[in-house]
Amino acid sequence: MLIVTGVDQSYKEGGLWTGTRRQVLSSIGFEWKQGECLGIIGESGSGKSTLGRLLLGIERPDRGSILWEGRPITDRKARAGAISAVFQNYTSSINPFYTVEQALMEPLKLLRKNRREDNRSAIDRLLHQVGLDSSYRGRYVHELSGGEAQRVCLARAVSTEPRCIVLDEALSSLDGSVQMQILELLKSLRTVYDTGYIFITHDIQAAVYLCDRVMIMRNGRIEEIVATGDLKETQSPYTRKLLEMILA
Amino acid sequence: MNSLEVSNLQIWDRHTGRVIVPDSSFRVKQGSCLALVGESGSGKSLTCKAIMRLNKAGLSQSGDIVLDGSPLSQLSEKEMRAIRGKRLCMIMQNGMRAFDPSCVVGVPIRETLSRHFGWSRDEIAARMAEAMTSVMLRDPIGIMNRYPHELSGGMLQRIMIALAIVLEPDIVIADEPTTALDTIAQFETIEQLIRLRARTGCSMIVVSHDMAVVRRVADDMVVMKDGVIVEAGPVRKLQSDARHEYTRRLLGAKLALQQHFQAVMGGDSFVDRNRR
Repeated sequence: MLIVTGVDQSYKEGGLWTGTRRQVLSSIGFEWKQGECLGIIGESGSGKSTLGRLLLGIERPDRGSILWEGRPITDRKARAGAISAVFQNYTSSINPFYTVEQALMEPLKLLRKNRREDNRSAIDRLLHQVGLDSSYRGRYVHELSGGEAQRVCLARAVSTEPRCIVLDEALSSLDGSVQMQILELLKSLRTVYDTGYIFITHDIQAAVYLCDRVMIMRNGRIEEIVATGDLKETQSPYTRKLLEMILA
Repeated sequence: MNSLEVSNLQIWDRHTGRVIVPDSSFRVKQGSCLALVGESGSGKSLTCKAIMRLNKAGLSQSGDIVLDGSPLSQLSEKEMRAIRGKRLCMIMQNGMRAFDPSCVVGVPIRETLSRHFGWSRDEIAARMAEAMTSVMLRDPIGIMNRYPHELSGGMLQRIMIALAIVLEPDIVIADEPTTALDTIAQFETIEQLIRLRARTGCSMIVVSHDMAVVRRVADDMVVMKDGVIVEAGPVRKLQSDARHEYTRRLLGAKLALQQHFQAVMGGDSFVDRNRR
């Protein structure tokens, strides 16, 4: 359970000595229920990635609170192993000096739950789950294609069996057919691990495919939150405009 | 006459001798729009850059590229420079990397236009301002005085389109013009490209892996896989009966997404608009 209330965030803007701040998020409030898949949709610059970083506890909001099971998400102990992330830029998401095996080991080592040998067998299982095989263990990121690298990122994200994965434009830089494969993979992982997703994207069709509810963001504010099934009856003119602009 | 003919284009890596594009031939008919489609790594961007002769030093190319009956491959670098921009204009994939990060975006624009047309500063500002307004960029002068990192990808893409409007080239090459953009910016960029073609009567090459974009803008399409052209023909025809399995896979890639979306939205009221 993730509860966001009254979150504001701003960044310093412009030159070295000007103190002006740009408001990126204002009064964001919503709830994410266990096991749910929530889509966050918005134009570029609408603040959806900033919100993603706040949800992961990487940044601290100016005002408001983000609570994970009643504890602030910025507390490392509260979020350890419970929430993980996959980002858009797969090449820079994995340490270039790490092999796939080392990359997958990292979160497992940090949790220190298992013995080393268990971890090794876990890696084979993880790779298999994302549609790769054990031969990938020794490879480096630059030896992988975009789709393969993104699968490794996904395997790393599910390795600690988190309850929530934040996917920040995780599909946007992949080819159409690969996007489809990863979407199917996400759907199947959801049934295996019972994880929920927070799916940040500008691709409405993909969000509708995967999510139970979607949240439309505009200029740092929540325009509306609707169940995907009710999207066609939306009253918000902005959402209607977004839906009309989808190229089919 | 705005036609371009590429025949027996071969691109290879000079150091390793690896052939990336073995033998490509295609034709852009006068005033038409050709789409180059394929997955990443299929050689689409390299083909475009080869037409512009902008590939990196380590890559060599051979074959004939004929623009309105005059072969480009025999031109010197200096003559090629006069053609680049003025007659062949390329809209780059990544706006952030296409502009010089160390100066405001107005600087390269001014350099380009004064070189090709010898216009004065004021004239350039006036013409650019008009073109930029037509691609829905508000406050054009303000934008020209900003650095690339201060603008969004969609804005930079539109600035390049505005520059293309002013240059009035014979052929516009757009390399993945919408990949980095969100739904609204994508829709608008595509509309701008369509209007650019209507306005200047230029021919166009659009590179994309998004079939929705291809269906919207292109007349003909060339399907590339691992550097080889596997199929070519009118978009409408390939849409219904593609002979090659790879083409069918590309076309069908996001079909499940679209069908699901249509089912959720209840009927095809939203889709009709784009199929007109």
